[in-house]
Amino acid sequence: MLNFTIRRLLTAIPTLLFIGLIIFLLLELAPGDPMAQVPLTVPPEVKEKMREALGLGEPTHIRFWKWLVQFFIIEPQIYLDNTFGTAFAEGKQRVISWQTRSPVMDIVAQRIPQTLWVVGMSYIVGVLIALPIGIISAYRQYSVFDQVGTFVSMVGYSVPPFFSGVLVIVIFSVNLGWFPSIYDTTHQVVDWDSFVLQLKQMIMPVMVLALQTTAQISRFMRASMLDNLNQDYVRTARAKGLKESVVVMVHVLRNSMIPVITVIALGVPGIFGGAIITEQVFKVNGVGQLLITAIYANDIPMVQTITFIFAVLIVLFNLIADVLYGILDPRIRYD
Amino acid sequence: MTDTTANTPETKRTAPRNQWWDVWDQFKTHKGALIGAAFFLFIVLAVILGPVFWTLEPTFIDIRARNQGPSLAHPFGTDQLGRDTFARMLKGGQTSVSVGLIAMALSLFLGTAIGVMAGYFKRLDGPLMRFTDLFLALPLLPLLLVIILLFRDPLRAAFGPETGIFILIVFVIGITSWMPTARIVRGDVLALKEREFVLAARSIGTPNRRMILRHILPNVMSPIMVSATLGIANAIITESALSFLGLGFPSDFPTWGRLLFDATDFLQQYPERVIWPGFAISLTVLSVNYIGDGLRDALDPRIRGR
Repeated sequence: MLNFTIRRLLTAIPTLLFIGLIIFLLLELAPGDPMAQVPLTVPPEVKEKMREALGLGEPTHIRFWKWLVQFFIIEPQIYLDNTFGTAFAEGKQRVISWQTRSPVMDIVAQRIPQTLWVVGMSYIVGVLIALPIGIISAYRQYSVFDQVGTFVSMVGYSVPPFFSGVLVIVIFSVNLGWFPSIYDTTHQVVDWDSFVLQLKQMIMPVMVLALQTTAQISRFMRASMLDNLNQDYVRTARAKGLKESVVVMVHVLRNSMIPVITVIALGVPGIFGGAIITEQVFKVNGVGQLLITAIYANDIPMVQTITFIFAVLIVLFNLIADVLYGILDPRIRYD
Repeated sequence: MTDTTANTPETKRTAPRNQWWDVWDQFKTHKGALIGAAFFLFIVLAVILGPVFWTLEPTFIDIRARNQGPSLAHPFGTDQLGRDTFARMLKGGQTSVSVGLIAMALSLFLGTAIGVMAGYFKRLDGPLMRFTDLFLALPLLPLLLVIILLFRDPLRAAFGPETGIFILIVFVIGITSWMPTARIVRGDVLALKEREFVLAARSIGTPNRRMILRHILPNVMSPIMVSATLGIANAIITESALSFLGLGFPSDFPTWGRLLFDATDFLQQYPERVIWPGFAISLTVLSVNYIGDGLRDALDPRIRGR
């Protein structure tokens, strides 16, 4: 198992390097000049120096190499410096955003908490709703509950978040006025009232994203439970005289969770992608919104870094899913 | 002489019971799929034939009739420039549905080609599947946004503002959604290759090209058809998402996603305006998903006849 994990980690490195290269080459084609806003009175040689300060004006392969060094070596060093007070990265060039002229990773680090709060919470809520729905619809297959569950998950698949989000804003903010339509990220929780306000502003984005998660996970849970409910060991367990709740909730559930857990792990990076749209609808200034503004502003280093972070998440969670599958199911042997 | 022998299987195939009738019989028993198919057909007919009957131009600006609610002259009301929302919905549907269909066709073609190649030719299997894995690891939505931003202007200059962006969007959706199809098709081809009829065909010297077209492809039709329906749904949602983020079609060239995006600016005053395009997108995608569900059951010979 350890062998397999190490092998997977090693193959992930060239994949990530290649993805980084693809993104880099694609952005290389971008029109637009970061110096376009600089006044014409600035002499050309000064402009040239500014260009070099932004890391431009060198051949493509050298700039890609420099970006790799900055992302993989200097940024972790900065992190170490900040946590332990060391000075590994002193005087070294970091990835600089063209929009704000400040380090990209600092801005990303500012935005990540907002995204994690909304997206992470919605994923947890979605999974927590999905699992009981999946279990009950499998146990009572073709019952009314199952039919309704199937229909709701079909709707969850089909209604895109930019419509469900807008729809809940129309219903709950415009017509009923229960919740604020814009997520206020400067809001701080200090007492009970501000906590209630935080809850109120989180409820709509979280539920919109959770609907999609629920739709997918509950279907998987149902299918996986159905596969296991007809197995011989279930009959054995019943024949031994175990209680029905023990049979379903302990024996069947534990075995059904194996594929579902890998699906949950695989879905994590996807939800970050989906959050781009939800953040736009509810005006949450998280990572997705940062990416959109960077794309509009032609901020190439920012786009490169955020897109690459998404790619790292996808590769990482694929790996986690594979390893988890091997750990949870002793029948799986990767050799 | 050879002509007559070649014709006999042809006449047999048109006999009353071919397998597609069985599929249809099974498909009919799935209520949701039947309703979905009827609704999708209705939408397609409406967006094709609608502009013939509803002759109001979607780009006609009648500034005195702006921001009107539903009335007899404007069944869905008018927007902030006095353009008829119903006409714009029909025009937008034309674009959205054709983006869905063409992008689906492109991604199916790519997915089937790569899947069949990987499954049939052992030498290509490794490289092609690594390539598919690589594509699956790409962060698609950010990349789509970047690609559209980069190539929007050159393509608009080359093909005109509307055709250029249409080609771009269809193309990027097509090349980023073929991976699931390729994987499924490869798996099926690998299994088919070991069957006796393939061995028999090979033993009489069938060349690879005819082997794939005559023996392999017809047998992988069912997974391809199911992923076709999922492909339409995916393409319509992706196009709307791009338009919603402001990186799809321009505002004077309506699509459902663009109409929804424009309507969100007037969310407080005219909330009903987001409802029409939103419901159009959701119901179309829902109907297509139901068709896919029904097809999956109908094409599965283990379920059929039960």
